Amino acid sequence: MAGIVSYGTYIPIYRIKAEEIARIWGEDGESISRGLGIKQKSIPDIDEDTATIAVEAAREAIFRAKIDPEQVDAIYVGSESHPYAVKPTATIVGEAIGAGNYYFAADLEFACKAGTAGMQICYAMVKSKMIRYGLAIGADTSQGAPGDALEYSASAGGAAYVIGDKGVIAEIECTLSFTSDTPDFWRREGQPYPKHGGRFTGQPAYFRHITSAAKKIMEITELKPSDFSYAVFHQPNGKFPARVAKMLGFSKEQISPGLVVPYIGNTYSGSSLLGLAATLDVAKEGDLILLVSFGSGAGSDAFVLRVTDRIEDIERKPGVWEKIEKGIFVDYGMYVKLRRKIKMPG
Amino acid sequence: MLPRFWRKIKYRYNLIGTKCENCGTYYYPPRNFCTKCRRKSKIVEVKFSGRGEVVSYSVVHEVPENMKEQKPYVIALVKLEEGPMITAQLVCRPEEVRVGMKVKAAFRKCGEEGESGIIYYCTKFVPE
Repeated sequence: MAGIVSYGTYIPIYRIKAEEIARIWGEDGESISRGLGIKQKSIPDIDEDTATIAVEAAREAIFRAKIDPEQVDAIYVGSESHPYAVKPTATIVGEAIGAGNYYFAADLEFACKAGTAGMQICYAMVKSKMIRYGLAIGADTSQGAPGDALEYSASAGGAAYVIGDKGVIAEIECTLSFTSDTPDFWRREGQPYPKHGGRFTGQPAYFRHITSAAKKIMEITELKPSDFSYAVFHQPNGKFPARVAKMLGFSKEQISPGLVVPYIGNTYSGSSLLGLAATLDVAKEGDLILLVSFGSGAGSDAFVLRVTDRIEDIERKPGVWEKIEKGIFVDYGMYVKLRRKIKMPG
Repeated sequence: MLPRFWRKIKYRYNLIGTKCENCGTYYYPPRNFCTKCRRKSKIVEVKFSGRGEVVSYSVVHEVPENMKEQKPYVIALVKLEEGPMITAQLVCRPEEVRVGMKVKAAFRKCGEEGESGIIYYCTKFVPE
């Protein structure tokens, strides 16, 4: 059965605390941090972007898969912060991992769920025997406008998944999407920062799409929340995934290994995929995992994954939580420099 | 500048050098002739592991205009585990670097032609 063969992750080393951002904008940091469920977020270095994050995650995934990179026949990079508006990130990844030249490639964009959309495409191509292995990546260096609520959460990171039908560590038993035209969050062409519908968009966007996708996939697979060892939901902040888990009947214990957002923020296309990677870091043979991403605009991709005995054979160190703990904290001044919010002359 | 970079992408994205199969010497940047074996050279292309250690370094304070945002930065002589020594930027805090430090290759941006031009990616090093 087709599924995940290996995975790799990348989280930039710099962090900023929510309280430090609040200090600049005259807000109560403690209450914002508590309200969002976010203590700190990751920041890319000055010489990092979505392409470098995607490459680092992809290289780790290929190394762990122990496959010849020329067997990767498809590369899809999902992001809302591709370095170029026109010029694919996927080709940079392909060259950097040594995939040769005969591979399918495209960049995807669907807010925070473009990475899981790539997984679905690779899965379908593997199943139909079009490709041997596919590489699906979700990576972002997302930006929130200075002073906007998003500034506390928009962060950087990514995860890469090798999808295939040989040496599978987690079989994809079922996948489906729930999609509707819901403009809860957007960024117009040429604009540096996104806009959003504000605090009342949670229900018609995030909660509706995730619960609809999750309920449908459990109905089709005849599974109930207690059948799953773990669940991973998209993590725009610390509160939403905890609330949606409760709404669907999942416990804190089922979501906690993959709940990384309080410590690195919302890595957008990397968000649910980093949560899944952190969960796979501790998973054992036979574990069932429910993954439901969410992308504004809006849609949710749901997956039922069954972990195989091969999970013990792949390198899983350093784990996602080890990478999270490695952070170096910076102040707001350094943050605006690293995020290139300072207009340089010439 | 663009075509020059374009042609070297393969060697900048990855540490690809050459090896003389006659005497086992590795070369980076790649050479198509072994200086030891000369006419007996048997040169093949190899991809280096990317692991190495710092042999020496400089902390650069007087920086070119395009590196202003990274000042001060570290330039290191890195001896790869296969043998060749290369000069590259080491991404770490200046107080962190020391001779003998274990480092590994990292994929980073090394420049761009303004806000509308091409972005150049290359190999730098980070602490292991």
